[in-house]
Amino acid sequence: MSILDVKQLTRSFGGLTAVSHVDLTLDQGELVGLIGPNGAGKTTVFNLLTGVYPPSSGTIVFSAHGQTTSIGGKAPYAICRAGIGRTFQNIRLFKELTVLENVMIAFQQNQRYPLPTSLLRLPGFGRAEDEIRDGARELLEVMHLGHKAEEYAVNLSYGEQRHLEIARALATRPTLLLLDEPAAGMNPTETANLTRLITQIRQDFGLTILLIEHDMSLVMQICERIYVLDHGIVIASGTPDEVRSDPKVIEAYLGEEVDHA
Amino acid sequence: MKNPLVRQALTLWVPLVLTYVIVLLLVQAGVVDAYMQVTIATICINIVLAVSLNLITGFTGQFSLGHAGFMAIGAYATALVTMRFDSIVGFIGGLLLGGIIAALVGFLIGLPTLRLRGDYIAIATLGMAEIIRILLQNFEFTNGAAGLSPVPQYMDWTWFFVLTVGSVMLIRNFVRSRQGRDAIAVREDEIAAESIGVNTTRSKVLAFTIGAFFGGVAGGMYASYFYVIKPEQFGFLKSIDILVIVVLGGLGSLSGSVIAAFLLAIISTLLQPFPGVRMILYALLLIVIMIFRPQGLLGNRELSLRLLPGLRKRRRDDAGTEAA
Ligand SMILES: Nc1ncnc2c1ncn2[C@@H]1O[C@H](COP(=O)(O)OP(=O)(O)OP(=O)(O)O)[C@@H](O)[C@H]1O
Ligand SMILES: [Mg+2]
Repeated sequence: MSILDVKQLTRSFGGLTAVSHVDLTLDQGELVGLIGPNGAGKTTVFNLLTGVYPPSSGTIVFSAHGQTTSIGGKAPYAICRAGIGRTFQNIRLFKELTVLENVMIAFQQNQRYPLPTSLLRLPGFGRAEDEIRDGARELLEVMHLGHKAEEYAVNLSYGEQRHLEIARALATRPTLLLLDEPAAGMNPTETANLTRLITQIRQDFGLTILLIEHDMSLVMQICERIYVLDHGIVIASGTPDEVRSDPKVIEAYLGEEVDHA
Repeated sequence: MKNPLVRQALTLWVPLVLTYVIVLLLVQAGVVDAYMQVTIATICINIVLAVSLNLITGFTGQFSLGHAGFMAIGAYATALVTMRFDSIVGFIGGLLLGGIIAALVGFLIGLPTLRLRGDYIAIATLGMAEIIRILLQNFEFTNGAAGLSPVPQYMDWTWFFVLTVGSVMLIRNFVRSRQGRDAIAVREDEIAAESIGVNTTRSKVLAFTIGAFFGGVAGGMYASYFYVIKPEQFGFLKSIDILVIVVLGGLGSLSGSVIAAFLLAIISTLLQPFPGVRMILYALLLIVIMIFRPQGLLGNRELSLRLLPGLRKRRRDDAGTEAA
């Protein structure tokens, strides 16, 4: 059953067509890679899927919890509530807040209590806050950040910040998780850890994952299917083996190593 | 000190009640003269103005240049109501009405402008406050540029204490709740906040509306203490005055705003005998502080015992009193 159905998705910035007539489908539970050279339009696809920009043309249909949502033109927060979570390539944490607070803010979107309860500390406030805090803590444990809960986000290492981005996205209870270069800046050990974590959360949370990544070994290792983007166009798609041996892909990556995996 | 309720009682309620009782006794004994009473009133009003603007600008990150506009609405509402219904009920009603109208205006201004980013909001709020001032200057029922007087005086030390502490508490409760954290997330990174499901426009409008409400209440406090209100008292310079307190104390620090309100009042009292150099020294002081501490006195942290590591250690060593 397809959870995401993207048809002829196009987005231009002035004269530049960053994403051009992209077709893309994701089935429930799949882990799919989105790769391509720098500037290919990968992040722009994520920004279109999450409503940061509206598409110039094309349709995005997302189905989760038996509900079908047309994404085009929806506000990002509404898309998130429909079930799409994401991380950012250029990390976007709430830097001046603690690690725990970062996740709590995402978690509390599903644990709402009314304004008078907040202002007047009515009964129920403490319990609601405890639930939010405990839920957020659990997710920090999942992402191996439990011991950093009270640390300010800005003080985390690069790798930890990427983990926190994932923990925060998970706290929105997504059905589809979009990861934009989650291993960027990590050393091989950290990357191996992250690879394991990604497959684990996918299983534990029943996620469908779309992954942008330049680390080919990671992509080839865990992705079941791969889309290759170049100059905004999907030039190839298929299993890692199919994609790896596709001459168009090799050409697009001219000078870059595709097959060291 | 383990029990959080005991801890809160010791660090919050006991000092507050003591402050209230001591000032009350000093006023009754005549030790606090008329001039000092005005200073106390000014401090209280400035605290309410500063914490409410801090909610908008410091916590939610929306740069507002029109807080005096909300103050004006509250002042005129309280004045008009109490001049007609000269009773305690009229006073409380006027104060509430002022806050509600200010909140309503804040909501109506905020809804379209808070969708915009950054500088637009500063300009829109500045424009709003100027329009309010000009309207008050030209309406007949507000008595034009001459303003309103005499406004019945209901504000006394007890009212100042209750309204100031109450306002700070409510805003503190807000920023330490899910709604407040949403607002802070908007300040920190609007795109990230949206991506995790925060309705950022709604969050901004909510904080703006609540800030406007308390700006209105502060205006009511002002009107009901100072007898006379005129449109010119609520001009651009007043908005800047409030902003100075907020920035000096630290954007995103309520205790910073409270401390800054005290500090500025004390400094301006100390400089009172030197009217010639007063404004110059005042301005110089602000420049010096902004050079050496651009994030404000407390940055975006709150004053707490944790901020004073030396003090905390001493308290730990002193285990006998700690356990008691
Ligand atoms: N908001 C924007 N305004 C103008 N141009 C943009 C904008 N966002 C992206 N672009 C352009 O669109 C193209 C695709 O950018 P995008 O960030 O999607 O690439 P990418 O595949 O994610 O690259 P990388 O691997 O470097 O992250 C680039 O040429 C980029 O400059
Ligand atoms: Mg990118």
